[in-house]
Amino acid sequence: MAKQYETVIGLEVHVELATKTKIFCGCSTEFGGAPNTHTCPVCTGMPGSLPVLNKQVVEYAMAVGLATNCKITQVCKFDRKNYFYPDNPQNYQISQLYLPIARDGYVEIEVGDVKKQVRIHEMHMEEDAGKLIHDEWDDSSLVDYNRSGVPLIEIVSEPDMRSSDEVIAYLEKLRLIIQYLGASDCKLQEGSMRADVNLSVREVGAAEFGTRTEMKNINSFKAIARAIEGERARQIELIEEGRQVIQETRRWDDNKESSYAMRSKEDAQDYRYFPEPDLVPIVISDDWIAKIKSQEPELRTEKLERYKNEFAIPQYDAEIITASKTMADLFEATTAICKKPKKVANWLMGETLRLMKEHAIEADDLKFSPENLAKLVLLADAGDINSSVAKEVFEKIFTDDIDPDQYVEEKGLKTVNDDGALKSAIETVIANNQKAVDEYKGGKEKAIGALVGQTMKAMQGKANPAKVNEMLREMLK
Amino acid sequence: MDIFQLTAVELGQKIKEKEISVVEAVQKFMERIEATEQDINSFVTVDKEGALAQAEAVQKKIDAGELTGPLAGVPVAIKDNMCIKGQLTTCSSKILGNFKPTFTSEAVLNLQKAGAVIIGKTNMDEFAMGSTTETSYFGPTKNPHNTAHVPGGSSGGSCAAVAAGEVPYALGSDTGGSIRQPSSFCGVVGIKPTYGTVSRYGLIAYGSSLDQIGPVAKDVTDCAAILEAIASHDSKDSTSVQREDYDFTAALTDDVKGMKIGIPKDYFGEGLDAEVKSAIQKAVNVLEGKGAIVETFDLGLVKYAIPAYYVIASAEASSNLERFDGVKYGFRAEEYEGLHHMYKKSRSEGFGAEVKRRIMLGSFVLSSGYYDAYYLKALRTKALIKAEFDKAFAKYDVIIGPAAPTTAPELGKSLSDPLKMYLGDIYTISLNLAGLPGMSVPIGKDSKGLPIGMQIIGDCFQEKKMIRAAYTYECATNKEHETIAAMSKKEA
Repeated sequence: MAKQYETVIGLEVHVELATKTKIFCGCSTEFGGAPNTHTCPVCTGMPGSLPVLNKQVVEYAMAVGLATNCKITQVCKFDRKNYFYPDNPQNYQISQLYLPIARDGYVEIEVGDVKKQVRIHEMHMEEDAGKLIHDEWDDSSLVDYNRSGVPLIEIVSEPDMRSSDEVIAYLEKLRLIIQYLGASDCKLQEGSMRADVNLSVREVGAAEFGTRTEMKNINSFKAIARAIEGERARQIELIEEGRQVIQETRRWDDNKESSYAMRSKEDAQDYRYFPEPDLVPIVISDDWIAKIKSQEPELRTEKLERYKNEFAIPQYDAEIITASKTMADLFEATTAICKKPKKVANWLMGETLRLMKEHAIEADDLKFSPENLAKLVLLADAGDINSSVAKEVFEKIFTDDIDPDQYVEEKGLKTVNDDGALKSAIETVIANNQKAVDEYKGGKEKAIGALVGQTMKAMQGKANPAKVNEMLREMLK
Repeated sequence: MDIFQLTAVELGQKIKEKEISVVEAVQKFMERIEATEQDINSFVTVDKEGALAQAEAVQKKIDAGELTGPLAGVPVAIKDNMCIKGQLTTCSSKILGNFKPTFTSEAVLNLQKAGAVIIGKTNMDEFAMGSTTETSYFGPTKNPHNTAHVPGGSSGGSCAAVAAGEVPYALGSDTGGSIRQPSSFCGVVGIKPTYGTVSRYGLIAYGSSLDQIGPVAKDVTDCAAILEAIASHDSKDSTSVQREDYDFTAALTDDVKGMKIGIPKDYFGEGLDAEVKSAIQKAVNVLEGKGAIVETFDLGLVKYAIPAYYVIASAEASSNLERFDGVKYGFRAEEYEGLHHMYKKSRSEGFGAEVKRRIMLGSFVLSSGYYDAYYLKALRTKALIKAEFDKAFAKYDVIIGPAAPTTAPELGKSLSDPLKMYLGDIYTISLNLAGLPGMSVPIGKDSKGLPIGMQIIGDCFQEKKMIRAAYTYECATNKEHETIAAMSKKEA
């Protein structure tokens, strides 16, 4: 019988913090400026410049540490990690090794019906590097330091995960916690959340871990799942062939769906870490911790429960809506305006999800405003527009965030509530559709549908179909 | 009286009284520099045009009553490791031979606010690594008292320039004695303040946890006035301290009655030149005669300061100097194949031997497997040395000893034996490890006619006691500012 293998996975997750300015200078962290426009002597490592710590970075890191059940290191320090590379302007990165901001935490994940804890070994603060751009034309490399000095936290888990499902659940959990805290937008595609996967395999029941590899450069949940499956298969194959797994760093190429070795343990650099002498130790008082704790916003679990209790939203709907901070914020803001939570939830669960799929966008990228959705809910609720018009208007809100009042007005989409006009339209339809009238009167219930359709057409869609139905039945009695 | 004999404060007074204009003063010093530089080589850059332009602007402000301080209009020279916007700042290294910073260091900005006119950048040991100013890429500076001798280092250019009358005062930096030792060798007064007193923003770092900027001048009054101008709390430097006192000139009182002076026996043992020893004993007697209470004591751990210092300073330097890689500014090797080759060639060609030695030493002590044995142990030693000084300052107001074991050595005699050169730092480096202030005050000459300096050490933030002792000594000995040298010979 074939041997059974178990995959052992630990993650190092880098998260870019949502501060307005960089970790050690006042430059903007905004994404996408012209190259080297968000820079100063500090974040370009000019001689004589000195770093000054951004307090907000410490507060975000503390908030994430507390929300993941870590112990905060009350005297914590920065260290220098020395390595030469042009994206690293000083040729050392200011990071934390000896006394990281938080340690010994955990998050709870759920896969299927199984709950488990993934332990967090430590969390540290550090600066991001710049970006290298290779110029193919004259075969040279250019450096953009806009990203240099953007604050990061690195969250290092224990090797507690056993499958790609658990890894995804862990990442989703971290993403939700951090998004809810407002500490980062955690977008994998834009690189504001990045994961390195440490993976080894061993026979089921073995006490020792196998030799692990580290995979870098994985930028979506799907790619992470593929990389894990691919690396698991590669390691098992090596073991089955009687060969050794080499401890090394590998780069996952999601296009080729395979990884290749970047550097082995022997080539591993000696980073010559030592305490950063340009920064003083950070002393974190009990009061400061208490203050950060008290500012902790409602996290996903509590929010989900509240939606069920306060708004009578079903479990499933509440799960979908709270699975994205953007959507949850949209739900609450819209509800606050129109006071119709159930209707708002229906729009989000129905049309919004459908259109997200159609446009292939994530909930985090929803762009429309709660004000416009609230207006639409009120228009539909008052019977001012019928449901097919409402769907048409919503699509416009979804794509262009239009003002529904204005749109309905301009396009003349308001339901006609003038009974006289409706009555005369129905009379005309009855007169012109003798066959359907006869069929209905002859007991063919379905025939009423054709008459409703004709009436709606005559009304240019601006009637309430339920009302048309009701009046038709009345008039055909 | 010859303008070159004036102290900075005296010249400032004459400018204020319109006896001389700022432009005239600058022109006189430019002439002096032109005459002396070929013998002394104190400067890497002399900015004649810029200085004259500043002089005119400063004169206008003085005339308008906007600048009234003691240093308004007085020329100054800045050690070439402090950034000045748009002006060559080389650290006396080939690797920064073409480097012009985009901003000005905080200490220099503070001087500019006080109306200083910057006339140039002074020579130094490359990246402040050395005790003789011989490791400069731009050639050695010579001691104005005897040009066959070194001026000391690493702020040798600043100290020699003041001693030669090329400039009334200068800024230096001190990581292990780099202000005090050359001040002693050149017969000028130099102060290394408490760590955190003067902002390091804009100072190109050697050993970040040890570096401090300080004044070099002809007398104690000048040094107190200059320190008052450059010291400030700076939010751009996280290690900068908000002090309770910045009024250092308030300590210029001729009175040490009841002041307790500790003399560490360990500073007067083997290795100390007999003439230096007796000069210091005499100077201490002067203070005792003025009412100070003098006592000898055992200062522990003295011999551990040098190894601890060279481990910590080299470790920090190895990292601080990583940014000089040929990528963004400074020297880049002409021919190379690929990135790593460019790094290696640029750094191999751009750094001198002493700098390379310290980068290698620093990289070694930080490398994996050695960190605990060297770097961590050195940090613990540093803490213990601080504790020894704490014990001493519980008993004494100031501590007095030599600034260097000998007077200035001859040119070319030191670099061949770096270990011996490192041992010459024995009396100065423990202050940097402990963050303490210290100053060197000239107390006479040896039989060869070379100046001897006395080091006065204060407790952290107790510069004023140190300044008071130095000023009292100066008053008691009827100081004469001796501006020397090479040049007077020529004039004669």
